[in-house]
Amino acid sequence: MATHKPLDRRIIFLLIFLGVALPLIFTLGFKIETTENVEKAFNLIENTQSGSRVIISFDYDPASKPELHPMAKAVVEHAFRKKHKIIFTAFWPMGISMYEDILGQLASEFPDLKYGEDYVTLGYKTGGQVTMQKMGKNFRNVFPSDQLGTLVSELPIMDGIYNFDNISYVFTLSAGTPGIKEWVQIAHDAYGVKTSGGVTAVSAPAILPYVNDQEQLVGLLGGLKGAAEYELLIGSPGTATSGMDAQSIAHLIIIIFIVIGNINYYINKRKEI
Amino acid sequence: MERIGIWIGVFFTFCIFSFLYKDNPFYKVAEQVFVGLSAGYWFMYTVFSILKPNLYVPLTTDFRANWILIIPAILGFMMLVRLIPKIDWLSRFPISLMIGTTAGVSLIRFLQSDVINQLSATMINPFKGSGIIEIFGNFLLIIGTFTGVIYFYFSKKHEGVFGGIAKIGVIFLMISFGSAFGYTTMARISLLIGRLQFLLGDWLHIIAQ
Repeated sequence: MATHKPLDRRIIFLLIFLGVALPLIFTLGFKIETTENVEKAFNLIENTQSGSRVIISFDYDPASKPELHPMAKAVVEHAFRKKHKIIFTAFWPMGISMYEDILGQLASEFPDLKYGEDYVTLGYKTGGQVTMQKMGKNFRNVFPSDQLGTLVSELPIMDGIYNFDNISYVFTLSAGTPGIKEWVQIAHDAYGVKTSGGVTAVSAPAILPYVNDQEQLVGLLGGLKGAAEYELLIGSPGTATSGMDAQSIAHLIIIIFIVIGNINYYINKRKEI
Repeated sequence: MERIGIWIGVFFTFCIFSFLYKDNPFYKVAEQVFVGLSAGYWFMYTVFSILKPNLYVPLTTDFRANWILIIPAILGFMMLVRLIPKIDWLSRFPISLMIGTTAGVSLIRFLQSDVINQLSATMINPFKGSGIIEIFGNFLLIIGTFTGVIYFYFSKKHEGVFGGIAKIGVIFLMISFGSAFGYTTMARISLLIGRLQFLLGDWLHIIAQ
């Protein structure tokens, strides 16, 4: 029988709350180190020639915004800096408002970008994996027009895009299905297009095996940490970087409570014996 | 208008947070509003962002070229007849079509991506690496995969050498579960960070956005 009164869990909640809130107000500036997986994703974009046509797919909704939005902004900013011509797609209905928000945020930084030449928003398509597969066979059957209703044949950015052949890479920001797994299976494994992406921390362990010798995925950004690393690599600190102090302190508090809980458990167990 | 939106967001954020203290009417109200609002929003979003551009506009602008869209429209409608008990059997046709198509497409893709390519990625020369750490990692990958698979082989009793290998597999599995738990913790804290950035930035302007 336990001899200690269990700790009121509200104390833990309060400490976590303070552990997250205070570092957001008083920046500690913990060092962020980049990892190989994020560097690989960064190098894919960095080393792709300017003028290349690329797909950036927004496969998430506001529920995953705190994690995926910072990395989406950093990746799009990087691609625009490298003068890649971006084809925006969404396999989640709310993905449209996600990339529209990013484009709005970056509008002042890239005032010379021309719609239809430097980027295009193709909007949402249902069907997930089947639709992606069809894009590989006949892109224009899936997207005969852009989000605004303009025929893709009238858009310079879409010249020569009939399948994945002229796509240099696919980068997906993914919160589930359809998302990164389907892009790997179709874009890379079926059509050989270089594929990379960013995912929520929850799904990262399941997706990491695709970063392998076969390069099913070229690097991977996992959660807020992945976003912060990417912001560091492009030299543009944002909300992910500012959140890392809070993340570290919160983890420290959780670790301390795990240690205390285990010590308490062993003390009680010994008393029982 | 934006300020009003922020204040409403703040109010409901605190209503939801209040559950951490104990269940209360404010939390209940926020929960019900969230569910109702989400359902209404999704309904309108589906109509204007999915049905209108993908069905209504193509059919009304160029019916001849897009008449084939009537078939998925009918199948979609058949899904809805589940709400009418007398003819709910009709919904089985689109459901079976969806399951059959998904299974057919997924079988090939998963076989290629999750079996063949994953196996190829594990069949590596462990000594191929730029340094001792990479070589050590290669060995870990091979041993972890092999012992992990052995653990899931249930046609032979886990005892003796076989049981020993399975136990090593369990250690690898536990480490991977621990890693997954760590990532999950990070994800949840990230959501809290997102909410606090909203409260401290958009609302109180204490931190920069």
